[in-house]
Amino acid sequence: MRWTSRSRSAGVPPAVRGASRPPGMGIPIVKAWALIFICIFICICICAVVVSGAPPEKHLSVYSVAANYSLPLVQREGRDYVGLLEVLEPLGKVSAKSDSRGWRLRYNNVEGDFQVGNTHARVQGRDADLGGKFLEENNRGLVPVTSLGSLLPRFLGGPATLHEGSGRLFIGSVATHFTASLSGDNPPRLIFHFTAPVNPRVATEPGALRMTFSREPLVAPASPTLTFGNKAIPSAIYSEGSGTAVVTVNAAIPVIASFSRDGRTVTISPASTLVAAGALSQTPNSSASATPPPAPAQPTPATSAAEPAPVAPARRYFAVVDASHGGDDHGETLSNTLLEKDVTVALARSLRQELESRGIPTLVLRDSDANLSVDQRAIFANADHAAIYIALHAASSGHGVRVYTALLPWGSDDRGTFLSWSTAQHAALPLSQSAANAVAAEMQRRQIPVRTLTAPLRPLNNVIGAAIAVEVAPQGSDSSQLTAPDYQQLVTSAVATAIAATRDQLGGAMRSEP
Amino acid sequence: MIPRHFAIAMSVLLIALLGLSLYAWHMRTVAVSLPAASTDTRPLAPPVAGPTERVTLFVAHDNDGSLRAEAAQIPLPSGRQQRAEELLRALLSLYLDKSSPHALGSGAEVRSVFLVDPGVAVIDLNSAFADTHRSGVLVEELTVASLIHTISANTPDILKVKILVDGKERDTLAGHADLSAFYDVTAVNQLATQLRSGP
Repeated sequence: MRWTSRSRSAGVPPAVRGASRPPGMGIPIVKAWALIFICIFICICICAVVVSGAPPEKHLSVYSVAANYSLPLVQREGRDYVGLLEVLEPLGKVSAKSDSRGWRLRYNNVEGDFQVGNTHARVQGRDADLGGKFLEENNRGLVPVTSLGSLLPRFLGGPATLHEGSGRLFIGSVATHFTASLSGDNPPRLIFHFTAPVNPRVATEPGALRMTFSREPLVAPASPTLTFGNKAIPSAIYSEGSGTAVVTVNAAIPVIASFSRDGRTVTISPASTLVAAGALSQTPNSSASATPPPAPAQPTPATSAAEPAPVAPARRYFAVVDASHGGDDHGETLSNTLLEKDVTVALARSLRQELESRGIPTLVLRDSDANLSVDQRAIFANADHAAIYIALHAASSGHGVRVYTALLPWGSDDRGTFLSWSTAQHAALPLSQSAANAVAAEMQRRQIPVRTLTAPLRPLNNVIGAAIAVEVAPQGSDSSQLTAPDYQQLVTSAVATAIAATRDQLGGAMRSEP
Repeated sequence: MIPRHFAIAMSVLLIALLGLSLYAWHMRTVAVSLPAASTDTRPLAPPVAGPTERVTLFVAHDNDGSLRAEAAQIPLPSGRQQRAEELLRALLSLYLDKSSPHALGSGAEVRSVFLVDPGVAVIDLNSAFADTHRSGVLVEELTVASLIHTISANTPDILKVKILVDGKERDTLAGHADLSAFYDVTAVNQLATQLRSGP
């Protein structure tokens, strides 16, 4: 019976159907449709407002020798998570599978076992703290971003440094460093020297020129604020955020940026000077990306003075600088708010800048608050065959600087070419003592109180090349001097000058190594 | 029918059991009624009795980061191992004093010293010694050098020294000085020479 009635109504034209309804029924239908359209419109508006007001999607910028890439982050459990497989995929052969025993990842020959909801994982049979629960979504293993700094070295066998606040991850020794110096010309020019070619996005605004480095693994100088004591260009500020690094040059006059040395040097000059010289490569008030000129410009005297000397083959570091402690190991508590591990990082960055400004390629082992065992530190130093390993420490007791070489433990268990791990430093000890004496002499020349001693301090005894440790104490009784950029630079420049002076001696030993 | 001698034996045993029970009850009553003796912690005698000897202690001084030889007159037992222990305890008593030139945390002790032939000394510190020790390369090596140089200078034929904490191996004293390996006494003596010269 229902079939019959449906077929009947279907055969009636809509107009006839509407007309057959009681009078007044057509208007409510129109109103209903209008109401639906209004509701849809309001929903679309709300969605647009919500989407436009939503925080931008967070990304993790990964810099490595193999590739630079960006990965989306997801918010879970109140923290940022990232897919571990996606992080490792561009770096090597990686596979993952999920079964009843958990989520297992294999990177080259390293295996990791992860359990959903567990805050620890096992990598090569050793426990690894994730700092948050491991999550699995659609067979995709998610780990807290904060765990990458400690987790990736287990898989990669090399250092990985995470800049957590800005979402930047440096795998291996890829960081690009820079120095800034103001020329004595009138009007002055600010010259940035980078350790690798850069191509930042340049934007100018009243009172500032901003260079945004989104593809370059640029890292902070020793102090994020560089002051030049000049009224025209008083300062430059380094900052990081959203996967980029930004250098903002504060200037009282209109300035523009020009590139030279294949993008390794950026010169900030007053706009009128460059226009007059016809050397304009970047117009002021433009926000377009500035492309370095294909042919290098004539180097300025300042550029040639800081030209790195080719002391070592490409990608081989002359010096390895180790910021001691880190992570759970705070070192000495220097004051209520100051930990040794934080001071050593600042000293390491300052020393790297000083060494690289003298043309000495330098690797900093710990550039963040990461856990590194003494064995790992020695392994990195030995694997790089660096000419010298410099461990940095800070102390509140005593005055000035102490320079240490290894106090070797009892006995040597060398077997032919296989060296005992605990006394691996034995053959290089005279070279280490020579470097320590050079550093002490330079400190004395600068009137910094200094002592040279041996110390039972690992990993000095495990390093096969020259190895020294520098313990920096305040010159007075105020521990806060340890954080003063001036004092840090005074000490690190003395160390760098001494290393540069003994470069030939140390480099000769470096070349003679296998 | 129970044999007569068996019945007599059982009776004697029962009487003996009853008598011993009554005696035990009496002894318990007496013990409870005695006043509890308060614990007297005052020392009755010096730790080691006997004639005192003149020894040289190598004392760390934090003000100038030096290790200085200081003569002391302390009672020493005859045993070689006990002498080594007393030497280090005398050294620690200096460090635990209010006017200590190199302060250690309260409760720091040398638990024992073992001398093992040939030429091995094992110094066992308590956990308070390491846990309360100040952190720093120089301050830790001053402690280590002071202990080892004092024991080796006063106890002949020691070639290497191992430092344990609560009978176990420990990586570092307080984050810097390595405790994982045996110290070479010759190398420590050279360090002591460097430290004796001061800054």
